[in-house]
Order: sequence, then structure tokens, then C-alpha cells
Amino acid sequence: MSHSTKDALLAWVLRACAVAAGLIVVLIVVFLCLEAAPALRNAGWARFFTDPSWHPNRRAADGTFNLTPMLWGTFFAMTGAVLVATPLGVLSAAFLHFYAPKGLAVYYRRLIELLAGIPSVVYGFWGLVTLVPLINRVHPPGASLLAGIAILSIMILPTIALMADAALANVPRAYLHGAAALGLSRWGTLRGVVLPAARSGLFTGVILETGRAIGETMAILMVCGNVVQTPRSLFDPIRTLTANIALEMAYAMGDHRSALFVSGLMLMGQIVLLVAAAEYIGRGRVHG
Amino acid sequence: MHSNRLSPRLGWAAACWAVLLAGCGSGAPTQATAGGASPEGAKPGAELSGKLVITGSSTVAPLCAEIGKRFEKLHPGVRVDVQTGGSSRGIGDARGGLADIGMASRALNADEADLMGHAIARDGVCVILHKDNPVAELKDEQIVAIYTGKIANWKDLGGKDAPITVVNKAEGRSTLELFLHHYKMKNTQIKASVVIGDNEQGIKTVTGNPDAIGYVSIGTAEYAATHGVPVKLLPMNGVAASIQSVKDGTFPLARPLTLVTKAEPSVLAKAFIAYARSKDVHDLVKDLYFVPLD
Repeated sequence: MSHSTKDALLAWVLRACAVAAGLIVVLIVVFLCLEAAPALRNAGWARFFTDPSWHPNRRAADGTFNLTPMLWGTFFAMTGAVLVATPLGVLSAAFLHFYAPKGLAVYYRRLIELLAGIPSVVYGFWGLVTLVPLINRVHPPGASLLAGIAILSIMILPTIALMADAALANVPRAYLHGAAALGLSRWGTLRGVVLPAARSGLFTGVILETGRAIGETMAILMVCGNVVQTPRSLFDPIRTLTANIALEMAYAMGDHRSALFVSGLMLMGQIVLLVAAAEYIGRGRVHG
Repeated sequence: MHSNRLSPRLGWAAACWAVLLAGCGSGAPTQATAGGASPEGAKPGAELSGKLVITGSSTVAPLCAEIGKRFEKLHPGVRVDVQTGGSSRGIGDARGGLADIGMASRALNADEADLMGHAIARDGVCVILHKDNPVAELKDEQIVAIYTGKIANWKDLGGKDAPITVVNKAEGRSTLELFLHHYKMKNTQIKASVVIGDNEQGIKTVTGNPDAIGYVSIGTAEYAATHGVPVKLLPMNGVAASIQSVKDGTFPLARPLTLVTKAEPSVLAKAFIAYARSKDVHDLVKDLYFVPLD
């Protein structure tokens, strides 16, 4: 086999792989659209935003299908968790690289990797039997947006911590030497040199943790209370789109089932928006 | 792009997910199609063989799984596959042929006359409170007032001054249907503080919150209460919520556990249902805190 035929073969194999990967996403979207179609046909888009409540029925005419409170619920839980976890994760990575003694750093890193490996249902269970009763003592019912944010933060913390760790490790040593030569303090080096140099990696970490926060289901289902309402305080129970699907899918029929696929479609939309926003910000700020 | 240096790790994660998804995706349909096939050579008198797919109510599933294990021992050629997903799924699967037998934690409705229901046991639904809650009994109209938000504090019911945490079930659960039907409420009227999925989550929510009120299957509740979990089963109309009162038919909030088949079930399905209704499995029914039929 000559070099050129090998090359051509490789190119085709790679093309096939790329098509397969792309096709999976396309197929999922097509499937979602097909399953959501009956509800969209029988109820129409508008009712998912203007109906008075979420009380689905297998016949669209007999139910109400407002998804807006769940869109807000998902958004608040995600935003809260990202706001809590990002500084914690980045600072813990900074601690690892610039403050922790070598011996400790190794164990600390293993510990965070362990945290990343715990299944979400374990976090959820812990939240349900420990965290929720604790919050209930302060402000009933305990199962709330706050509990969701707390659990989500713990769950996405390892993602951002490990990504930030990798990003900081990739900052060229010459930068550090230069900063040392200038006589910068450790904090000055971190703030003025390391973090700006690592921001592309940090940004990727934020996108990944946000994606995980949006998609998380089991833990959220157990601690958030699942009441369909737009929260007015941190102590209000919420239902996220993912929890809605998990709670009702097994029991849903007809237009109700189809409406759950509409919530899946909305979730997909939220993620598309997130990726688009990330792309936009990423081009402008990080690589510009 | 700078972030490219992180791609090996992401690649691994993606690969793992792909494998996982492929595993899940291919598993379920195979079972479903295998279930549709009728067992070969299952003439009367001949040794039974084949695969029996049973899906539906999460209340009936543990019982069916136990009965299934014993049935498999009696007939080594038979495999019984029990999957949960709610009564609606059980009825849908039995009708659509995705399952040989559906499980429902209720009697069949009038619009389900195309199917056959075979009751195998009874179960009751009861209201539960935390053990430390001083309230000992609630009248029907008080429960309705609590669930519709007209009474929001325990002090109005003779308890301490604390807001009531109302625990409701998610749409579609048969426990919810039975509860709403009995108290003549609509789900739109209910002002819930927490919405839960299965019975176990209901028990956990009430034990974690002394001011909560919830309702779960009596089997689950009595099991929890007799195993040191701090919950209290409320009596209804003066009748104690217990296995016994469900059995003798005095407890008002009770339901039959039903196996559902098409009008003409397969020989294997018929044999399983006959076995599930026989005295040989009464000990299993009792073990799960359900009530056997006589």
C-alpha cells in the first residue's frame, strides 16, 4: 500500500468517525422533535409559556402545560451553583499549585478526583437525609432552591477544580520565572500573570461545569422539592426540567408524554444557547 | 485553540459515555421484543419454558419479582423479567404487547375493558406524620383543608405552632390517583410544599421533617414504622391504618394490586397468574406488607 492510499484510507475513516459523532446529535434532535410533535401540534408552542400552570393530561385540551417556572428553576439552580463552585474550584487549584506543600498537594488532588467519581444519587441521598432537614430548621420545607444549589455546587466543584488545575499546570514556566524576576508577590503572580494566562482553560472548565449543572437530575430530584413554581426566594422549592422528565416520564401517556419531550427540547435549547454564548464570549475575550 | 491540550481527558469521558449509552440503548428493546414471543412448546402438561416480561407499577414490582424467582425455581426453563415504570406503563405495555403481563396498583378502569385484570393482593394508602408530631388523628375534611392550603399551620389542628409541609406525589402515580379520588380533590387544587416520586422518598421526606404530612402505601409505611423509622400512620374514620384493616376491608383508602393481560394471555402468562393468585405465595405477599386475597 502506497503512502497516498494509506492517507486516503485514513481520511475516509476519520470522515466516517466525524459523521458518526455528528449524526448522533442530529438523530437525538430529530427524535426529540418527532416525539414532541404531537404535543406541539395539539397544544402549540405558545401554551408552554402562557398556560396558567403545569397540570398535564394525556389529552392536550384537558391539561395545562406551562414550562416557564421549570425553565427558571433550571436557570437559577445552574447559575447559583456555577457562582458558588467556580471561585472555590479556581482558588483550590491555585492553592494546589502555589501554596500547598508538595506532599499534601498529591493527596489533595486525589481527594478531588474521588469527589468527581461519587455517583449523583449518593449526593442526592445525603442531601435528602442531612441537608434538607438542616435547612428545614431554618426555613421550612427545607427541600428548596438553596438545597439544590448546595448539592449542585458540591457536584460540579471537582469538574472546575480539576480543569483549573490542568489549566494552571499549563502556564509556561517562563512566565513564572519572569514574574519572580520582577519581584512580584505570590498573590501578585497569581492574579497578574497566571490567571490571565490560564483563562482559556478556566473558561472551558466553566462551560463543562455549567453543562453538568444543567443536566444533573437524580440529586436535584431528591432535594429540590419538585413543586412547579417560579422561586421567589432561595427557600422556595423548585422543579427543574430534568427532574420533571425523570419524575413523570415513566407515568406519562399521550400528549403528557409528548409534552415531556418538549421539555427535553427546551433543555436542548438552553444548552445550545449556552454553547453559543460560550463561543461568542470565547472568541471575543479569551482568544482576542 | 488553546483548550485543545485538554482534549485527551474529554475524549475519554466522551468514549465512556458512548459505551454507557450504547449499553442502555441496546438492552431495553431486546428484552421487550423477546417478551413478545410466545413460549415454544408450552402445551398443557408440557414443561413450561420461555421468557415472561412483566412491567408496570412500582408498588407491585417487588412482589412480582419475588413470585417470579419462586416461579423460575419451579420451572427451570422460564425466565421472569420484572421492570418498573408505573401502572400506566403496565397497562400500556400489556395492551401494546411490549410486556406479557402488566402490573397496576388499581382495578381496571371502564375504558380498559379490552384487557383482563387479575387481582393478586390488596394494598392501602395511608397518611403519615413524623412520630414527634402531637396530632393523632385528622378528619377527612381536615386533610382536604391541609392539602388545598386552607389550613397551613399545625396549631389550627391542635399541634405546635409550625407551618405544615405538604408532601404530594408526582403526576401519574397511582397513589396520587387513589388519594385524589378518595378525597374528591383535583391535583390543580393541591398546594404542595414538596413533590416526590416513590414511596421511599415520601418516608425519607417525612422522617427528615417533623412538620411534614404525606401519604404512602401502607405496606411501605408499616414496614418503616416497625423497623424504627420515626413515622406515624394516621387512622381514617377511626379505623387504624394497618395491614389487618386493609385485609378485612374496613380501611377505606385501599386498592387491589392487579396483573393485567390481553383478553387471550399466553399459556405461560396464564400459568404465572394462577401461581401468583395461589396460597403458595401468601408468605411473599405478607413479607412485603401487602394483604393476600382469600
